[in-house]
Amino acid sequence: MKLKMLAAAAAAFMAFGVGEALAGRDLDQIRSRGTLRCGVQGPSNPGFGVPDSQGRWQGFNVEICRAVAITIFGDPARVEFVPVTTQSRFPALAAGEVDILSNNSTWTLTRDSNVNRFNFPAITFYDGQSVMVPRRLNVTSARALNGATVCVQPGTTTELNISDYFRQHNMRFTPVVISDLDELRRAYDSGRCDVFTNDFAALAAQRTLLTRPADHVILPERISKEPLSPVIRQGDEELTNIVAWTVFALIDAEEMGITAANVEQIAGSSTNPVVRRLLGVEGNMGESLSAARPDFARQIIRTFGNYGEIYERWLGTNTPLGLERGQNRTWNNGGLLYAPPAR
Amino acid sequence: MSASTAPIGPAFLERAATFVRACFTGWFNIIITLSCIALLVWLVPPVVNWAFINATWNGTAQDCRAAGGACWAFIREKFWFSIFGLYPYEERWRPATMIAVLVAMVLASTQRRFWNQWLLVAWVVAAIGMWVLMAGGVLGLSSVQTRLWGGLTITGIIAVYGVALGYPLAVVLALGRRSKLPIIRWFCTGIIECVRGVPLISLLFMAAIMLPLFMPEGVTLDRLLRVLFAYTLFTAAYMAEVVRGGLQAMPRGQYEAAEALGLSYWKKMRLVILPQALTITIPAQVNTFIGLFKDTTLVVVIGVFDFFTTLRSALGDSAWLGFATEAYVYAAVTYFVLCFAMSKYSQRLERDFTPGQR
Repeated sequence: MKLKMLAAAAAAFMAFGVGEALAGRDLDQIRSRGTLRCGVQGPSNPGFGVPDSQGRWQGFNVEICRAVAITIFGDPARVEFVPVTTQSRFPALAAGEVDILSNNSTWTLTRDSNVNRFNFPAITFYDGQSVMVPRRLNVTSARALNGATVCVQPGTTTELNISDYFRQHNMRFTPVVISDLDELRRAYDSGRCDVFTNDFAALAAQRTLLTRPADHVILPERISKEPLSPVIRQGDEELTNIVAWTVFALIDAEEMGITAANVEQIAGSSTNPVVRRLLGVEGNMGESLSAARPDFARQIIRTFGNYGEIYERWLGTNTPLGLERGQNRTWNNGGLLYAPPAR
Repeated sequence: MSASTAPIGPAFLERAATFVRACFTGWFNIIITLSCIALLVWLVPPVVNWAFINATWNGTAQDCRAAGGACWAFIREKFWFSIFGLYPYEERWRPATMIAVLVAMVLASTQRRFWNQWLLVAWVVAAIGMWVLMAGGVLGLSSVQTRLWGGLTITGIIAVYGVALGYPLAVVLALGRRSKLPIIRWFCTGIIECVRGVPLISLLFMAAIMLPLFMPEGVTLDRLLRVLFAYTLFTAAYMAEVVRGGLQAMPRGQYEAAEALGLSYWKKMRLVILPQALTITIPAQVNTFIGLFKDTTLVVVIGVFDFFTTLRSALGDSAWLGFATEAYVYAAVTYFVLCFAMSKYSQRLERDFTPGQR
């Protein structure tokens, strides 16, 4: 027994999870505690999760957790935010310090596997490694960057991805490697390299910090896939469903044009059965997910709006981050967001 | 310190004249003086411009960017966050009161006339009082989990309690390591070497993430207590070696003289050896303390929002992007003031304890 515990602990230490195969166990625990423990990125992640000047967490990932709390409890306030770091996030989840991570974790096979035992219920943001160049270079595609000097953080997947990309396209580049992101940005800003590469969202945040943000452009290529999803422990199907359908409800609402402003009116007047089921006017979607109330999706949209509204509030072009929707548009608008129908 | 009432007396003028003369005697000194002046002329105006003349003290991020200088408005905006961290905003008076009590207790403890058993009693009472005040859940105070404690408050708590609990433990470990009883000696050596041989970051990680895995189902120890435990142990292990250095520096004659007086082991240590050993190691002790104080920032790995972390977190506020320099200057000044105070206090202690050598 002791040996087993030791082995389990050692496994957790290396970001491997310990999970129990009892369905509903985590959800029961959350319900009996009365709050959802949500792991967010510490110290902060611009736009995605930042404590405001009064110490209250705000941002895209924060509202995802609050939406899940509405589904479970019918109350967006019943969340405890627990800051986790990139080193501590998976051990914290495995050890039960948090119930859910909402901190821009990439869905990968290793993390999803039966070794690590995590679950990624639904993608909330399609990120991907991108490259930024000064506008004056007149480059419109990453394929035209042969011979460029590239500012990149050493020892990261970012570095691997960029060298793979250049090799794959028979191009050469000179790396400028600096491990501190702020230093790296300064090197790019002062012209020590032509290209700055990082994940799209991070790159956009870095762009706001340049001397002249408008003089720099992020090229359209995505040279890696970084699908970001909330993470929970494997083995609780009910919780998986709840998280997935919380996200799907947000996406479906945007696809069907349901917003915070018109949700009540649509719920009252719509004859579309998919809309009526999503908003809890008919059917038993809430009950079948063991949500707190049949109209949980309506409450979420009334409180936070649909996916697009949350996106625009924290990340969109009217925020200092100025992230284009890009791949994060709904499928009918040319993006990748696609949620199953509510029926 | 000779506090002269008139700053520009004849003695001062004479000293100034000697200084200026020394600066310009010989070509080598002249070169050094001129380069120093050039360096100052090159450095000081831009810094003064940035920090004061073009600085924005009040206003928004846009005002700051327009002015181009330092954005102290950012620090103003985030000041209370840096002090109280994630503690609920409406309850700020509680950590504020706690800090006041903590500062009062620390100041009282620096006064030698208060060094008696009542101070110990006062500390125990204050510690319980502060915990109740911060954690709440009784006396009509709303309950606030320790994970929400943050900012300078948590830095103060970890540093003060780490040292207050770690120091006595360090003395015990140091004595144990020099004990003639092998079991005690091995035990103390084992603890010191194991704790010292591991980075603080992994100790904290163990305490925060691993310890709960080993505990029986349902038994939980508060995370802050686990962190304090790890930090105290780390402090103790490092200090123990400093104290041991002091013990070894004592001439054999001191031990023998104490034994010749018929003193028991504890009396010998308490009355003769430790007072001298601890006094001669004051510089090394303060050195270790200052290092450990700055190490408190490492608690961020397990998600505790200490003072430095709150500032790094504030840097992510998208309304205030790009004022990292201001935040780091503010942090540097704060840490410097606190560390400098420790250093000054230690110098005073040294003077007080070794009157014979002056």
